[in-house]
Amino acid sequence: MHALEFRDVDFSYGDPSQDANAFRIRKLNFTVEEGEFVAVLGHNGSGKSTLARLANGILTADGGEIRVFDTVLGEKNLFEIRKQVGVVFQNPDNQTVASIVEDDVAFGAENVALPREEIGRRIDFALGAVGMRELRGATVSRLSGGQKQRVAIAGVLALKPRIMILDESTAMLDPRGRKEIIDVVLRLNKEEKITVVLVTHFMEEALLADRAVVMNRGDIVMQGAPSEIFARSDELLAYNLALPRIAVITKSLREGGMSVKDTLDISSLADEIAGELKCGS
Amino acid sequence: MKDVAFGQYYPADSFVHRLDPRLKILFLIAYIVAIFVASNFYGLALCAAVLILAVALSRLPVGKVFRAVRGALILVIFTAVINLLFHSGKTVYWSCGILCISKEGILFSAYLVIRLVLLVICSSLLTYTTTPVALTDGIESLLTPLKWIRFPVHALALIMSIALRMIPTLMEETERIKNAQKARGANFESGNPLRRVKAFIPILVPLLLSAFRRADELGDAMEARCYGGKKRVKYKKLRFSWRDLLAAILAAALIAGVVLLRVYLGEIV
Repeated sequence: MHALEFRDVDFSYGDPSQDANAFRIRKLNFTVEEGEFVAVLGHNGSGKSTLARLANGILTADGGEIRVFDTVLGEKNLFEIRKQVGVVFQNPDNQTVASIVEDDVAFGAENVALPREEIGRRIDFALGAVGMRELRGATVSRLSGGQKQRVAIAGVLALKPRIMILDESTAMLDPRGRKEIIDVVLRLNKEEKITVVLVTHFMEEALLADRAVVMNRGDIVMQGAPSEIFARSDELLAYNLALPRIAVITKSLREGGMSVKDTLDISSLADEIAGELKCGS
Repeated sequence: MKDVAFGQYYPADSFVHRLDPRLKILFLIAYIVAIFVASNFYGLALCAAVLILAVALSRLPVGKVFRAVRGALILVIFTAVINLLFHSGKTVYWSCGILCISKEGILFSAYLVIRLVLLVICSSLLTYTTTPVALTDGIESLLTPLKWIRFPVHALALIMSIALRMIPTLMEETERIKNAQKARGANFESGNPLRRVKAFIPILVPLLLSAFRRADELGDAMEARCYGGKKRVKYKKLRFSWRDLLAAILAAALIAGVVLLRVYLGEIV
């Protein structure tokens, strides 16, 4: 049983002959296993955000079917699906509905009419999971970008989803905020066993995933372990994607005449360089 | 300004701060009624006494209280002058055409000024001691009976709460756009009033556009968190305590007192 499965999904947006932003997804097939951490990569307009919005019914597919733990997504079970598939969006300022942290985290749980004591427990759990329990009564607008985005994650967690989709949730944050979010996501994946789909254009983040998926013009064009994907640097560049810094360094070292192997681990690259230097001298 | 406590809220831990916001709103309404029922200076003195007690219990600095009056100063002075000059009476001290200053005029404008000042102080006491969030919760709760006529109270409360939440965000954005326009040579400080108002159009247009975009994204985020179902509960419940009972008794006593003074002592003087 897949956690998330797209079967021949069609979706189109706008008229390609008139709108520059128009685009089309044709017969898209895509699966995510339970407990997996998948990174979805692609440049602007590749369809990666559409993928995220289709998965919990914010956008409706024109054809094909989307399954969440073998249940076909449809109009009738929209709320059940949304409880299982949480989505965190890009802009930390446009996701919170309440001025106080705990009120915002409670929002989802209030929507599904949980008993009051249960909502209290969920707030406690969710804020604990993102490491913000002591900021329960804080004012949202006074938090940093990373903290706001952690509140958004907590708001989704309060619904106890089994799958969490992050739609470029780190794009508007500074490096420190990005690290906060990635750390939280990794922990949720490992400790809470939440299946994670991380939509991003930061290649460094994709290195942490179990699997990377590259999208281009509404199609999945590459798929595999991050180390395999980043070894195919020419293809990635053709899809307008930048390589992670470590891959860029390896590549230019090799062009400069050093015979270093492809690696995504900084310390093993350092070892190789050291080995090369010894041989050379 | 980047706080929920934007506007007037004065954070402190006092008897008045801890009152249920619903009670504070009802108290304000009762107080306004009392001011209008009071027909003589004894009634107003009673109102003033109650207000002084409330201010003392709220631990607000006296300066804060007077600042509230200063905001309405023009209105107060205008009311005083107009009534002083146009109110006719028996004991005339000075007159010129239709203008005259009489004993009754002086008393009447003093009566109006006291009324206005009490009104302003009491309403700012509410906003000084209640956070906007608590205030919206209170309004929502007080509007609950409207559910019977199918008025969407929950939706209204959510709209108010989102509006409050967005104020600091939009203020930041305004500042950012303003700086961007200044960097391009826009001038907001000089010129005649019409020109200055016109200068704000290049701020308003992008601000409005971005507000719509934000609303769109917020809508998606709310839907993703299961908003739109038929049932919805509220996590935080407001609770009455002994303080609220005391304040309610005080409000009732005030109204009763003012009514008695009106019946037994009659109109002004």
